[in-house]
Amino acid sequence: MLDTKGDEGFVTEDGRRIGGVVMEMRNITLRFGGVVAIQDISFDIREGEIRAIIGPNGAGKSSMLNVISGFYKPQEGEVWYKGEKRPPMKPYQVARQGIARTFQNIALFDGMTVLDNVMTGRIRHMTSQLLSQAIWKGKAEREEVENRAKVERIIDFLEIQHIRKTPVGRLPYGLKKRVELARALAAEPSILLLDEPMAGMNVEEKEDMSRFILDLNDEFGTTIALIEHDMGVVMDLSDRVVVMDYGKKIGDGSPSEVRQNQAVIDAYLGVAHD
Amino acid sequence: MPDQFFWGMEVFANGLMTGVLYSLVALGFVLIFKASGIFNFSQGVMALFAALTLVGIMEGRVPFAHLINATFGTNVHTFGWTVPAFAAILLTMVVMVALAWAVNQFIFRHLVGQAPIILFMATIGLAYFLEGVGDIMWGSDIKDLDVGLPQGINETIDEATFNLLGYGFFIDNLDIAATLVAVLLVIALVLFAQYTKYGRAMRAVADDHQAALSVGISLKFIWIMVWSLAGFVALVAGIIWGTKSGVQFSLSLIALKALPVLMLGGFTSIPGAIVGGLIIGVGEKMFEFLIGPMVGGATENWFAYVLALIVLVFRPQGLFGEKIIERV
Repeated sequence: MLDTKGDEGFVTEDGRRIGGVVMEMRNITLRFGGVVAIQDISFDIREGEIRAIIGPNGAGKSSMLNVISGFYKPQEGEVWYKGEKRPPMKPYQVARQGIARTFQNIALFDGMTVLDNVMTGRIRHMTSQLLSQAIWKGKAEREEVENRAKVERIIDFLEIQHIRKTPVGRLPYGLKKRVELARALAAEPSILLLDEPMAGMNVEEKEDMSRFILDLNDEFGTTIALIEHDMGVVMDLSDRVVVMDYGKKIGDGSPSEVRQNQAVIDAYLGVAHD
Repeated sequence: MPDQFFWGMEVFANGLMTGVLYSLVALGFVLIFKASGIFNFSQGVMALFAALTLVGIMEGRVPFAHLINATFGTNVHTFGWTVPAFAAILLTMVVMVALAWAVNQFIFRHLVGQAPIILFMATIGLAYFLEGVGDIMWGSDIKDLDVGLPQGINETIDEATFNLLGYGFFIDNLDIAATLVAVLLVIALVLFAQYTKYGRAMRAVADDHQAALSVGISLKFIWIMVWSLAGFVALVAGIIWGTKSGVQFSLSLIALKALPVLMLGGFTSIPGAIVGGLIIGVGEKMFEFLIGPMVGGATENWFAYVLALIVLVFRPQGLFGEKIIERV
């Protein structure tokens, strides 16, 4: 078991400072009926890092992301968050704890504008109660204004000012992905989970997205855990990589370590490069 | 012929007022449908139930009096006090929130992810259950409801129009009050939905459950909130209908008139519910006035449905509904 006490992190090969452990998965097993989606997997996520989970189709990556964000409940294993064991929780409770996510097939509020979509990300920071909201003055109003300012900053950062008032349903795919990222970022999450952020994008859009991911990690110090198919992208972006295959963990380490791991080459790289 | 024309104008105005009431019921449908995809057949019964409860509380009636007397051989009917209208309305609202909670807790929580037709059937069941509960709780006699809304002919309009046009318009004060209340209610709802955290969360849940969860919105909370809002709208509709024609069980039938209103306005549009209600209200009164005599009258019973059918053929999503786009 990892001893996280007094572990203040380390410096990566390319000189990036990585902090202490913020989340730890311990011996997670997830089954759907007889199918084992995740089998006894442990790994950790450290503050300020970009952590990738990779693996071929059906390896259980998305399942793992769903366990972290509370959408799936593992049959066995423990999730430790900020030094405490996390009790069973509903997804919205996990979100309120500061774990934001995006979805592989984009889950946005199509009928709402970009601005409103991103504003929903602030919900966990808005504490005024229903009655004062209904009357909408004093605290509720001030809160709305403050949060609006933060949201505008994120909108600027992700370069989507020009579509602020556009209903999301009308946007092209690449921009939708960016709006979804903005919404997750608006939550000022402790961990930002990205489910295939580049899926279905062209080269240019992929480059944009990579840049945004690196920049927001730099600028806001956001801890990011991402799942991705595109090997090249993952290796460039991430500080550490978990490799999964058939629900098992077959590798864990820096991109260069993972690249040299024979099991990984066989399972994933080997196939991909044949 | 000017008298005939003014008469028509008067029918038009009265149609608008009737339309406001249809709109109020339709509004309750739209709220729940938007947020949870449930077509709530029991909306009309909720209006009835709210009105019954309001009267019961105001007159200090003992709930379940029949049942209690039959079981224990007692003879209790009232507590012997009366509650002022405002306090009674607040208390009724508490009951409606409790109802919203119960509906979610005992029915819809267990039906998440089921096909819409199953949810719809559940609301039909709920409608008849609620009607039965209302009956057992408060009795089935027709009750007078007076919360202090103005009633009777508006003399000012009557005189002013008579002096100006030579024809005194008959407009009921209650209709004017109902219109004002409905307008205020709609403005409040739209502001709430557009500019508050909970309104935004409500729209978010309506759009995508997964995404709503992922930003920390509790679906359960929003559903209870929406059913409570629908309960509030039902209460307002119940008060107005109850004041107009007494609280009676036929009140639940107004739910059926809300159906063509929804087909016309679209199931997902708050403005649509309002405009749809007005069109149906005016349409059926004017049709009865202009065409009715030629076909033997009683057109009010079917006009709304025929109009809705015609709209359905040409614009299935309704006049204001979100456009249905099928990607092939």
